[in-house]
Amino acid sequence: MKYTIKNARMLDDAIVDIEIANGVIANIGKEISAGEIVDAQKSLVIPGLVDLHTHLREPGREDSETVATGSAAAAKGGFTAISAMANTFPVADTAGVVEQVFRLGQEAGLCDVFPIGAVTAGLEGKKLAELGAMANSKAQVRIFSDDGKCVSDPLLMRRALEYVKTFNGIIAQHAQEPALTVGSQMNEGLVSSKLGLTGWPAVAEEAIIARDILLAEHVGSRLHICHLTTAGGVDLVRFAKSRGINVTAEVTPHHLLLTDELVSNYDPVFKVNPPLRTEKDVMALRKGLADGTIDIVGTDHAPHPTEDKDCEWQSAAFGMVGLETALSVVVKAMIETELMSWETLVERMSIAPAKIAGYAKHGQIVAKGSPANLAIIDTSATWIVDRNTLASKSKNTPFAGMTMPAQVRHTFLNGDLVLKNGQIVSKMNGGSN
Amino acid sequence: MEKHLLSINDLSASEAIQILNTASELSKISDGPMKKLPTLRGRTVVNLFFEDSTRTRISFESAAKRLSADVINFSAKGSSVSKGESLKDTAQTLQAMGADAVVIRHGASGAAQRLADSGWISASVINAGDGTHEHPTQALLDAYTIRSKFPDLKDNFNGLKVAIVGDILHSRVARSNVLLLSKLGAKITLVAPPTLIPVGVTDWDVDVSYDLDSAILNADVVMMLRIQSERMAASFFPSEREYSRGYGLDLARLNSLKDSTIVMHPGPMNRGLEISAESADSHKSVVLAQVSNGVLVRMAVLYQLLGGAALTGEVGA
Repeated sequence: MKYTIKNARMLDDAIVDIEIANGVIANIGKEISAGEIVDAQKSLVIPGLVDLHTHLREPGREDSETVATGSAAAAKGGFTAISAMANTFPVADTAGVVEQVFRLGQEAGLCDVFPIGAVTAGLEGKKLAELGAMANSKAQVRIFSDDGKCVSDPLLMRRALEYVKTFNGIIAQHAQEPALTVGSQMNEGLVSSKLGLTGWPAVAEEAIIARDILLAEHVGSRLHICHLTTAGGVDLVRFAKSRGINVTAEVTPHHLLLTDELVSNYDPVFKVNPPLRTEKDVMALRKGLADGTIDIVGTDHAPHPTEDKDCEWQSAAFGMVGLETALSVVVKAMIETELMSWETLVERMSIAPAKIAGYAKHGQIVAKGSPANLAIIDTSATWIVDRNTLASKSKNTPFAGMTMPAQVRHTFLNGDLVLKNGQIVSKMNGGSN
Repeated sequence: MEKHLLSINDLSASEAIQILNTASELSKISDGPMKKLPTLRGRTVVNLFFEDSTRTRISFESAAKRLSADVINFSAKGSSVSKGESLKDTAQTLQAMGADAVVIRHGASGAAQRLADSGWISASVINAGDGTHEHPTQALLDAYTIRSKFPDLKDNFNGLKVAIVGDILHSRVARSNVLLLSKLGAKITLVAPPTLIPVGVTDWDVDVSYDLDSAILNADVVMMLRIQSERMAASFFPSEREYSRGYGLDLARLNSLKDSTIVMHPGPMNRGLEISAESADSHKSVVLAQVSNGVLVRMAVLYQLLGGAALTGEVGA
């Protein structure tokens, strides 16, 4: 299928036409009119966003999300690559499960779905999962994570960091010292003290980050810190990078915008792990993302069915959906505040994550010959988040009712138009293949 | 306080004083020959108790019955809740049965607020203790008890010195009392080992002391909190004996109090742990007055939430 994107705005503000053929950008220039025409109307064209932290729930919890519905949410959010976390039922700790998830992603065809493998068998933190088998499977897993749980045993963490070196793998750590967070419900601080909710102290995150950057240094391995949330954590990563330790770090959109004050009405839509922190933490995270201490934005898209949030706080599930709001939230937190440029946003949300994960066809600058994985964004649009119009099967967004900047208009996946004028192009209708 | 009583934050100082005044008026009736008022005839109050608390439930039940309300007691044990029914379904079932007010005791902080805010039911919600968050009627009955012992206090508690001693971290009684008594003007000192004080307390409107002996010297009110033995297992303190030595109100400490000082405890007491038998039974102790005042204050709350009109007039009728 051939396309021409007319009147696309590049990051340098040049208005161009972009010809797409055979899955790549065939030409960039003026007055091109090959194949199906998509008029960008001077919207910004950027490489498709890449998420290294997505919960797709399939297999096992198809009531909250499937690979197909999560892929649709991703395409609507401008993502062309997402990374399915391993905490499914069964756990993605074997070649069989990761190949299944990978295949489901290919079948859905709306976004490249790269499975993340579990670090430990059954996420139990007792012994390593078959990391090599997952790496050598058709899914070619490179990121391993017990996300949802911390690999808290220091010796097991050391072994995992060492073991994945054979295939240039990376361990993505959910930094949460379990002994310091038994029964924890929210950030420990003034708000938790008033609400009588068990605290999740910042030190429980920072203690694991400190330990793991030293382990990574000792064994010379790659470490990725998932969803950093604390000012102290940012300082630790900054320290590690200054020492030349091979560590990368991620922040979620919601931790860039929301604080623990929102918990005050006990609405579980704000219940998430790691928890919303304080204003001071939010400011440190923004600064860290702007200066590159934090390498990437990861959504931690975590769908939950209605009944898991329509209850008392303590019984509610942790997590928020985020694929469809991620870009807008980052624009709101980072660009509208003039902390970051669009160019840096593209680096943090596309180029850097693709590089960390080794997703070769993603995160390439928009240029002739690059894979046609693209998002076209109306940067001047505003929209109101409506949980009923989300493509995700679950509706647990904390941003419902908020007015957001910037809207994804079109998404191209490997040369095919998968999102057109904000609508998913169904493969069944022959829109793309 | 418009429709619900979920937290002391729902009350202004004057609204709180009004509840205490209503309770005072009601006490005059309780002392008379005809204890029952017809005010809430035909209204239904549901006691929805997800935690065992015979004392609080009986107190609310007596309060509702003395106002002639119909009372339904619903305890989670042996009910469909133990079969996995959600709070939402339980609440809606009670709503369908025509509850006008739901008195809820729940182990989860914020459960009362969820019940009130979620749109599941339209009844008034009264928080009878939610997790480690709040227990507003306990604070109101404590304030009522304090006022009855210090007749100079009328519309505020300015100048009153209150020491609250024990497991502040896990105590809903402490949270509600801190909010209410400081709202009324009292000066509060929290006394506990640092492990039992919330990290966020530095931003509360209180003083904090780790030394019980000095903290109670000038106190007008010493409020002892129940210590639960499972806290010891979780290393909040090394042993019951060590806790008792440091933070128990024993005879020597009782004797160090001013003559006018009163000793309070929300019950049930661990005699010999946070409070010695001598202290619990001394003339300074107002523990039994707290219990009887509980009924009056809960009557006043139900009255104001469900009865609406000011009390004057009807009581005399």
